Amino acid sequence: MNDQRTTGVMTQQRGTRRQGIRGRALLLSRLAASDLRHHVAQAVLFVVAIAAATSVLSLAFALNGVNNNPYQQTMAATNGPDVVAQSANDPYTGVTSPADLAALMQLNHAKGVVAHSGPYPIVGENGPVGVNMASTDIDASVQVEGREPGVAAVDQPKVTDGTWLRPGGVVIERSFAETANLRLGQTITLNGHPFRVVGFAVTSAFRGFPGNSLIWATVATARRLATKADPISYISNLKLSDASPRAVIAFANAHSNGLQQNKGGPVDTTTPFLNPWTAVAYDDSSFLRTDQAFLFTGTVLLGLLALASVAVLVGSRLAEGTRRVGLLKAVGGTPGVVAATFLVENLFLALVAAVAGLLAGWRAAPLVSKPLADLVGAPGAPPLTFVMVVGALVVALAVALASTLVPAIRAARMSTVSALADAPRLPKRRESLMRLSRKLPLPALFGLRLVARRPRRAVLSAASIAVAVMGLVAALSIHAAVDKKFSHFASSGGLVNPDVPRAEQVLTAITISLVILAALTAIFTAWATVLDARRASAVTLALGATPQQVRAGLAMTQVIPALPGAILGLPLGIGLFKVAGHHLSGFPPVLWLGAAVLGTVFVVAALTSVPAWIGMRRPVAEMLQTEGA
Amino acid sequence: MKDSTTVLVHAKGLQKDYGSGEGLVRALDSVDLDVSRGEAVAVMGPSGCGKSTLLHLIGGLDRPSAGQLSVAGQRVDGLSERALAFFRRDEIGFVFQAFHLMDELTAQENVELPALLAGFSPNEARARATTLLEEVDLADRARHLPSMLSGGQRQRVAIARALVNDPAIVLADEPTGNLDSASAFQVLGLLERLHANGLTLVIVTHDERIATTADRLISMRDGAFVDETHLTGGSHGHLGTFAEWERLS
Repeated sequence: MNDQRTTGVMTQQRGTRRQGIRGRALLLSRLAASDLRHHVAQAVLFVVAIAAATSVLSLAFALNGVNNNPYQQTMAATNGPDVVAQSANDPYTGVTSPADLAALMQLNHAKGVVAHSGPYPIVGENGPVGVNMASTDIDASVQVEGREPGVAAVDQPKVTDGTWLRPGGVVIERSFAETANLRLGQTITLNGHPFRVVGFAVTSAFRGFPGNSLIWATVATARRLATKADPISYISNLKLSDASPRAVIAFANAHSNGLQQNKGGPVDTTTPFLNPWTAVAYDDSSFLRTDQAFLFTGTVLLGLLALASVAVLVGSRLAEGTRRVGLLKAVGGTPGVVAATFLVENLFLALVAAVAGLLAGWRAAPLVSKPLADLVGAPGAPPLTFVMVVGALVVALAVALASTLVPAIRAARMSTVSALADAPRLPKRRESLMRLSRKLPLPALFGLRLVARRPRRAVLSAASIAVAVMGLVAALSIHAAVDKKFSHFASSGGLVNPDVPRAEQVLTAITISLVILAALTAIFTAWATVLDARRASAVTLALGATPQQVRAGLAMTQVIPALPGAILGLPLGIGLFKVAGHHLSGFPPVLWLGAAVLGTVFVVAALTSVPAWIGMRRPVAEMLQTEGA
Repeated sequence: MKDSTTVLVHAKGLQKDYGSGEGLVRALDSVDLDVSRGEAVAVMGPSGCGKSTLLHLIGGLDRPSAGQLSVAGQRVDGLSERALAFFRRDEIGFVFQAFHLMDELTAQENVELPALLAGFSPNEARARATTLLEEVDLADRARHLPSMLSGGQRQRVAIARALVNDPAIVLADEPTGNLDSASAFQVLGLLERLHANGLTLVIVTHDERIATTADRLISMRDGAFVDETHLTGGSHGHLGTFAEWERLS
């Protein structure tokens, strides 16, 4: 040792001391990195819990633009119209007068129109019942548009199977054909007249099923199908010089019958009704909006579950890192620095989760949004929007902050001396629980007393189970309601809206995510409890309890909060179904609900017995030496 | 020297209570203490007599229930938690019986830690840590994790960490309590050299052999000083030089 050198170093050290944030930033990042390296499993669970919520949210946002690609491809393939104009008609009889037709034909040559097709007759659009179509499987009300066998300049439906129109034959819009289970070559009847199905086709001029049930027939056939109750109206397809959304909406507004009525001015009753392509595209994506509603609901549920899971994780990390906190404080770490070490690490993980969730949701959007059969082409990757990024960040950071703040403040306020001694937080004694526990079998007694020591953890466990059961019950309710509705439709020969089972699948996927996350949380919480209760377990073993009794007691620490959590999840799930149930009605059988509650409790018991078993493998003497409560 | 006064630690009527009512425990009972600059003070007594509590109060790890405490001319008893943290990082170096190194950081990173907290740049903190690890003969162990070091080596890393911010006083709580004789000798030898260079030391110990080599020995019982002895064999240069350790060296 060089004494002079030591003194010199010290003198130099004092002289060069300066305040700076670079060093602290390095320190915080170093502490965060080292802690993460030592708690990989917890970090992964942290990220997964939050990423599940952010991915579902991102997916919901991403669906906004994902169907644009198929619509545009269909429009290109059919030389689709920028505006579809439908003739005006008598509001009482539905009859289109010659003046109405003349106004429609005049629109074909309006300023800005560069090409058109039609007017084409259409039947079933204005009448109270529509054209009746009957096949071997179903009876349905349809619209029949009259078309020429040749190629139209605008909106020539793209034949996907079979051929275009020929005498005696009809072409069915593909999404309707699939829903109605129609086959090429099959004979159907329209208002009792037989026709052969010669082709399936798609169009961008109309939304497919369930918005419309469209059949193309020859002009002569369409006219023949008209009745007094269901008169003919006419359709023109217009191509504009400027097909931008703003321009087509402006064109439609300028020439629309509906708009003139809204303005309250003199109304020309012959003015046609106009529908720009933007409105058709929006309608075509309506099935995604049901998915979105469920996804937003799922985001809330997953966010709540993530909150409970992450709070348990961070709380247990604080319990494990007590000595670290004491050490940091002893060498001069301020309460702010101590809190910052928690926040930096967890906010970093939250950022990772936000990015992971954002990318997962964004990439999954084209898979989830497989377009219905009324369009051709594949859904494209939607653009990463500002709203998506901000939404994912807000959810991730909010969950991380909300769950980290309490442990961070607790760490900052922790006594340095007791933290250095790694003294456990003294559990509160609850007389009523102690009295109750005396009357219980040993595992329940042990479990209840452990639960009483860490009530916040028990509340969080119960909350996570409640959220999972809430999602489960809501999904079961929707399943039951949809089954009921479908069976009703099927028995009456009707057609089922394919949007509902599709959204139901989305909700099921969300529920599965909820259940998996809740299971992981239960396992982790059980493990944290096992570690926390090592000494108490060892003492109980030393006093004569069997390992099976202690293991059962440790499992009970999760079962006890799981039971009220699952029961609470029942009404919450039914409430959720009422709010987000897509206007469905009906409840699942009581047996299903009972099975959901009891099944959840049994699954929790099974899952938590694993960490309890692992934790009890150590020798009693070794466990007795463990620092713990 | 931090300032021109002779007394570095001044405690008057220092008291520390835990609990309240019937459960009140008085860990420290109206203690008066002055520690001069450059002095080595040993505190002895049975377990639970208040030695460590006294050390914690001097080091700003805990606040007194009553009494006055000044360290390096600064009143400590009324400081906020944040101000106490600044006080600890600037004026105090701790050496604990259980080392209290961060297991996931290397020896060098452990030593750098207080310097980074104090606002030194990463380069400056690294330079200080490197120099101090050389001083404690652990330059070749700088990148080792604590788990890869012996008990004596860990305690020397802890001493280097205690010195990195150039404290006014080093407080050692049973610094050799977890060490074998050879390692304890090395640590005591290190403390001796620091003391010889003018560092003020307060050492809590159970070991009479260590205590008798200090400048002053204070005996405690039931939270109070019961005896105080000024030792001729103390400073400077005699800490840790009793016969058995000389033989071991």
